[in-house]
Amino acid sequence: MSATYDQYRKAKSHCMSGLAVFCAVMVVMPLVLVLFYLLKMGFSSLNWAFFTQLPNADPEGSGGGMANAIVGTLELMVIALVLGVPVGLLGGIFLSEYGGEKTNGFVRFAADVLNGVPSIVWGMVGYTLVVVPMHGYSAFAGGVALAFIMIPLVLRTTEEVLVLVPGAYREAGLALGIPRWKITVHIVLRTAFKGLVTGVLLALGRIAGETAPILFTALGNPNWNNSLKEPIAALPIQIYYYAISPFPDQNRQAWAGALVLIGIVFLLSASVRIIAGRRKKA
Amino acid sequence: MKSTAQALPATAADLPAPNRWGNRIFEGMTMLSVVILGVCFVCAAYVLVEGAWLAIHTYGWSFLTSQQWNPVTENFGALPFIFGTVVSAAIALLIAVPLSIGTAIFLTDLAPLWMRQPLTSVIEMLAAVPSVIWGLWGLFVLMPWLHDHPYTWLNKHFGSIPIFGGPIEGSGSCIMSAGIIVAIMILPIVTSVSREILRAVPDLQREAAYGLGATRWEVTRIAVLSYARRGLLGAAVLGLGRALGETMAVTMVVGNSPKIHASLLQPGWTLASVIANQFGEASDDLQRSVLFEIGLVLVGVTIVVNIGALILIKSIETPGTRRA
Repeated sequence: MSATYDQYRKAKSHCMSGLAVFCAVMVVMPLVLVLFYLLKMGFSSLNWAFFTQLPNADPEGSGGGMANAIVGTLELMVIALVLGVPVGLLGGIFLSEYGGEKTNGFVRFAADVLNGVPSIVWGMVGYTLVVVPMHGYSAFAGGVALAFIMIPLVLRTTEEVLVLVPGAYREAGLALGIPRWKITVHIVLRTAFKGLVTGVLLALGRIAGETAPILFTALGNPNWNNSLKEPIAALPIQIYYYAISPFPDQNRQAWAGALVLIGIVFLLSASVRIIAGRRKKA
Repeated sequence: MKSTAQALPATAADLPAPNRWGNRIFEGMTMLSVVILGVCFVCAAYVLVEGAWLAIHTYGWSFLTSQQWNPVTENFGALPFIFGTVVSAAIALLIAVPLSIGTAIFLTDLAPLWMRQPLTSVIEMLAAVPSVIWGLWGLFVLMPWLHDHPYTWLNKHFGSIPIFGGPIEGSGSCIMSAGIIVAIMILPIVTSVSREILRAVPDLQREAAYGLGATRWEVTRIAVLSYARRGLLGAAVLGLGRALGETMAVTMVVGNSPKIHASLLQPGWTLASVIANQFGEASDDLQRSVLFEIGLVLVGVTIVVNIGALILIKSIETPGTRRA
């Protein structure tokens, strides 16, 4: 091969490397832009009133806050956690400790399929199974819809973490005559505890931002929610309605709400990173 | 100290019978949870089919081919939404897949070691941004910019080409905007899956190519990309599965118009976003049933696509392959 052909090959290689760098920059840019605009448009609206007041009843007026939405999001997360984590956890334990080859294949497949279902479908399921029989939108319905999302997610992450616990631990327990369930609970779960917690936190971070499933289950509420049977406000719904609203003050509050929401999500992600400790080198 | 009067068991048969109830209850609880998982599955299927039944009976197959959307005359058809979903997903893939694979190549081959972890974290943060926030940003930041710069220019100079034609909305709401926002949203997952796929390519492949005197790009092209082709296709299909289901961000930027336009710069609607828009306002059972049927179509397509993706990805990620 002539020298110039080699030069051409080298040049092409450098070109493609440059292209790869370009791709990486393009992927990072949206995150930078989103965070920049969230801070720029929302930060100034974050005042004490925003965190403590209810939404202004007059849509054209200024002022008012999203206190009920912030609390509502936390409340929905708790309901979904209570409903979804035990099921997901125990299911993951089944996959890693019990069950046969074929059954487990089926279960994993079902969980993966469920993980891919668009979240709005869970909203429709929550509507049909909870809202209609209860004749009304409710916080409980919202929690159920979110739990549907959490169950397959927590199940898969639990299984992945439990499988990493060395078999020798279980065998040691068996050799000591410990009953199998105690081995699972006291040895395996305890060893994998950090991983389990991070799995749950990741799932919580995911559902904190979900809007579609709670749109027609929890509905939203201009006031405080007083019972599980009442509709409840939540940050994502509030942001959505305020964003598409024609009133500029509500748009402004949407940005502030979005900043709070992303703060919650990033806080959860950061906790995951802290709990998981240093990751292995990429 | 134990009393010496207590005799030690002479054989295993003398030991008290172990209590097996704990084991049985616990195993039962785990099996119950798996059953509940199955119930979730069945619930979703049942709710959708039962809800859609009225619409399926009323319209039959023509539902999928009709362009009508008239709540007054109760004449509904899903074709505009299928069109909108397919086109916006196609745009999203066209933008996201090359960028993601390029980034994955950068991460596995080119990036200095100190950069890899932070960059991966940045991509994970990108994935964590909720859909409604992308919609908010898209609505107030991206769309006005798109309208003022690319759209007006494209419409003015290339308006005679059908895909850039037609009067464009002042707000910038159109299928193209939806495609771009969805592209941003699927970038993280396609990138991380691609990265895993590329890491699963045995080092031996790369080393052999280097040994033969290939340049960096040639190594990537010949030894890595052709080996990982099926897995990367799986990553793209996974991205497609995500793109099909995106709801909130799309509904805020797509323009919500139940018409099929040839132009990408005109508003449209997608399967997921029409449900989000109309479900709360559906005035009667038939209209609501129509939305359930749309949901059924959406879930059916999404499940098929996701299964395809999983099969493609699993075919390359076998345990025991050396990681880069």
